[in-house]
Amino acid sequence: MRDDDENLKDANHSSESPGVSRRDFLKISGISVAVPLVAGPKMVMAAGQQVPVYGPGKVPMEFAINGKNHKADLEPRVTLLDALRDQFELTGAKRVCDRAECGACTVLMDNKPVYACSVLAIEAQHRPITTVESLIEGGNLHPVQRAFVENDASQCGFCTPGFVVSCKAFLDSHPHPTPEDIRRGLSGNLCRCGTYEGIRKAIAQVAQKGA
Amino acid sequence: MPDYAWPDAQHRTLIGARVTRVDAPVKVSGQAKYTYDVHRPGMLYGKVLRSPYAHAKVVSIDTSAAEKMPGVKAIHIVQGPGSTIHWAGDDIVAVAAVDEPTAEDAVRAIKVKFQQLPHLVSDAEPPKGSAQEEGPLSIDAIDDMLDNQVPANQMVSTIQRDGLIKKASDEDLNMLKADGATDAVLEAIRSATLHPEASAKPPSNYQKAAAQTVGDPDKAFAEADAVSEGMYGIPVITHCCLESHGSISEWTDHEHLFTHISTQNVSGIPGQMAEPLKIPATNIRVHQDNIGGGFGSKFSPDRWGIFTAEVSRKAGGKPVRIMLERDTELKVAGARPSAYARVKVAAKNDGTLVAWQSSSWGTGGPGGGGMPPIPYVFRVPNQRQEHTAIRNNIGPARAWRAPNHPQAAVLTMCALDDLAAKLNLDPVEFFGRNLNLTQQREHTYREELSIASELMGWKQKWHPRGQNASGDTARGVGLSFHTWGGRGHASDCDLTIHPDGSVELKMGSQDLGTGTRTCILMVAADTLGIPMDAIQLQIGDTTYPPSGGSGGSTTIGGVTSSTRRASVDARDAVFAKVAPALNVQSDQLECVNGKVMVKGDSSRFLSWKEACSKLAVMPVTMRGKNPDKNKPPDLTNSGVGGVQMAEVEVDTDTGIVKVKKMVAVQDCGLVIDLKTAESQCHGALIMGISYSLFEEKVMDPVTGRMLNADMEFYRLAGLNDIPELVVHMMTGKGYDERGVIGLGEPPVISPGAAISNAVANAIGVRVPFLPLTPDRVLTALEQKAGA
Repeated sequence: MRDDDENLKDANHSSESPGVSRRDFLKISGISVAVPLVAGPKMVMAAGQQVPVYGPGKVPMEFAINGKNHKADLEPRVTLLDALRDQFELTGAKRVCDRAECGACTVLMDNKPVYACSVLAIEAQHRPITTVESLIEGGNLHPVQRAFVENDASQCGFCTPGFVVSCKAFLDSHPHPTPEDIRRGLSGNLCRCGTYEGIRKAIAQVAQKGA
Repeated sequence: MPDYAWPDAQHRTLIGARVTRVDAPVKVSGQAKYTYDVHRPGMLYGKVLRSPYAHAKVVSIDTSAAEKMPGVKAIHIVQGPGSTIHWAGDDIVAVAAVDEPTAEDAVRAIKVKFQQLPHLVSDAEPPKGSAQEEGPLSIDAIDDMLDNQVPANQMVSTIQRDGLIKKASDEDLNMLKADGATDAVLEAIRSATLHPEASAKPPSNYQKAAAQTVGDPDKAFAEADAVSEGMYGIPVITHCCLESHGSISEWTDHEHLFTHISTQNVSGIPGQMAEPLKIPATNIRVHQDNIGGGFGSKFSPDRWGIFTAEVSRKAGGKPVRIMLERDTELKVAGARPSAYARVKVAAKNDGTLVAWQSSSWGTGGPGGGGMPPIPYVFRVPNQRQEHTAIRNNIGPARAWRAPNHPQAAVLTMCALDDLAAKLNLDPVEFFGRNLNLTQQREHTYREELSIASELMGWKQKWHPRGQNASGDTARGVGLSFHTWGGRGHASDCDLTIHPDGSVELKMGSQDLGTGTRTCILMVAADTLGIPMDAIQLQIGDTTYPPSGGSGGSTTIGGVTSSTRRASVDARDAVFAKVAPALNVQSDQLECVNGKVMVKGDSSRFLSWKEACSKLAVMPVTMRGKNPDKNKPPDLTNSGVGGVQMAEVEVDTDTGIVKVKKMVAVQDCGLVIDLKTAESQCHGALIMGISYSLFEEKVMDPVTGRMLNADMEFYRLAGLNDIPELVVHMMTGKGYDERGVIGLGEPPVISPGAAISNAVANAIGVRVPFLPLTPDRVLTALEQKAGA
């Protein structure tokens, strides 16, 4: 979860979340379960309650990505990022730090930016996921993307998709940002080539013109 | 003879203009494919067991449990029992499995026993008398030179001078060749004098690496009016490419390898993989569409590139992907050598520099590393230098954008700035007075210094040291100079014009994000008088004509020169066919605005399409080359100068340094695309701010491991850290006619020195070492208060 977006504190704790909560995990730790290759949850009696256990083998999962339904059998430990990249070949989100530090894997979940490397795929099921690939509409670049192009806001381009998604989300929630807003709101993405100058100009341009 | 020369300003339509990079749309939309994004049918995922120890011997390896795991397809021992490991994170065993989690589990199931050996990960000043004299070389030492990209001629002269400890075996020679040794180096090794007695001496971690004297430094120091002494340094930092190193390799049959690899050197990869894989280079195809950063660390397939292919072979040829994890990327995939020095400099009262003395040291990991070129830019008339290389276990060094120059700039410009302060001289005046010592770049530097001062508002902002503070905030300005070569590398390309008017250009080059694709297309389109999007450009594959590796700022000069020659020749082939139709000599034709027309008579023309139809049925393909003595003039050149200035604000309570503004004034001969050139400079300033304030590879002396191998504690500058940036490219008369010169490295050299000098100006005392972290700033302030 991105720590630069204060709206997201509860995004990962919806009640229908199928993962194993920490409390459940504590209840079942120590119980050994036979591992079929692909399985739904196994109900296990622990501390007098029926507790669903997913994995460690593959589990059937379903996702709503860019408005389409996607299915895959994945281990519960697989991240949303790896599912997107390796299962669905949506490789716009990049794997760089793989631990929520650089923002190159940023996608929208429930319309809010998240680090896909730090969301488990199993937790992301049935929640609307938007990746950079879907920002083009009818063959036209999104205004943020156009501004990135015009202001030369990419060099090697590896951080660019994450930045584009972050900028889009940021401008959606801050249509008239101050320079201070921009500095704070986009501090969750890192670039190595040093394209911040172009990114700053791109955001200012979109903010002025309106997205 | 066709005229290959760059068109002058009146005859250029694209060259020198601000053109938007052509691959930006695919990058911003996530469609650009990088090596890490390649997904081949049936692809297996590789993971690597790595040494947890900085220095150890491998005692035993047990892979039996991993072999039995379902989903594990191949296991390959990279460094078997008996191997000596020289840094933590080095590769021991590689595994390929059906998915990444399974490969990770398999790695965990492998048991390796190590025998730990004593390690050194410090690069602190060598104890007095500890440094070993230069002497006979081991094969390892020569291999280290290759790792450190020591130029071949320098290697040959070192080998001839020092000789070898023992005769090189055929196996040694093959290994060195695979690591990039040239024929001249191999010959020098074969014919070297042998000193078997030297092998008895235990190797020291400290090696004297260079000593030289120019003029009479003792006399010059004795007669000088002012002498300044200080200690300066810049630590080991990493490349931290966002796309980590790695490849996807597959065997299309028993003899043919197809590899996708993240590389700055597409054309140069097969030659480096052939020997270790025991197949001819012709049987290796390399492909790369985009690369997510290299910065000097991605010229070789690396050991992991070789074993990825070996693992694929063991898995029946199936594609295997091995991309380094982030921590490994930071630990083993490249670092910039450190450099520290005690420097003494002297001048006359008017600021004229007279003498330089330095005792420097630094580490490039196991190879030690050489002395940065100090004193930098300014050839002080009397000099004495000595350098000690520290061989240690921090992991190997690699070329890092402008190898050795950022270090040289810090050691030199900070020492000179301290001398200027001692003389109570404004640095602009002090450095300006000594510009004659920059020799052939003097005029350029003088112009640049004046423009930079204007753009910074230096006159208003500069105050003597420590005299621009209000409350707990101190402000200061600093400057630095740099230089670089940047002559275009060898480059071949094929430009084909088809009878239907379509055009394609093929070149085995790569675009690092520097705008290479854009610049190639600008040159071809400008020459052919057609729009850039009418030309199909194919790069990044070994099936295209070879073009050099993108290092040393050599790409732009190479690719634009070969493109210009191919375009001129192909255009002239069209002219030859069109001339009879327009009833003129072919040298009376020109290509403008999608037309082939008679010079000076805009009524007589054919459209580009009509003109090309005169080719009848056969397309025309022309090979462009750089260099090409038969097709003068030389279109590229070498040698640039740049001046940078920084303004900082220092919070003297917290020690936090904020860069407020940076100015870069840079020449690079004829600029092809002004827009991407300026972006290169912006990027370099930002990278410079990052290494000046934040970056350092921190090693744990107890475990020998890197402590900050992630992107939280190995900090890169973020958007929040970037101030106002002003870039001025020197163009026009005196610059354009020099030809095309590289720009990748020069602007990243000066920020460290300029920012350090600005901080010294602000707080009135030198913070000796980069990065300028709050603790270092506070320590310097404390020492000043106590002094």
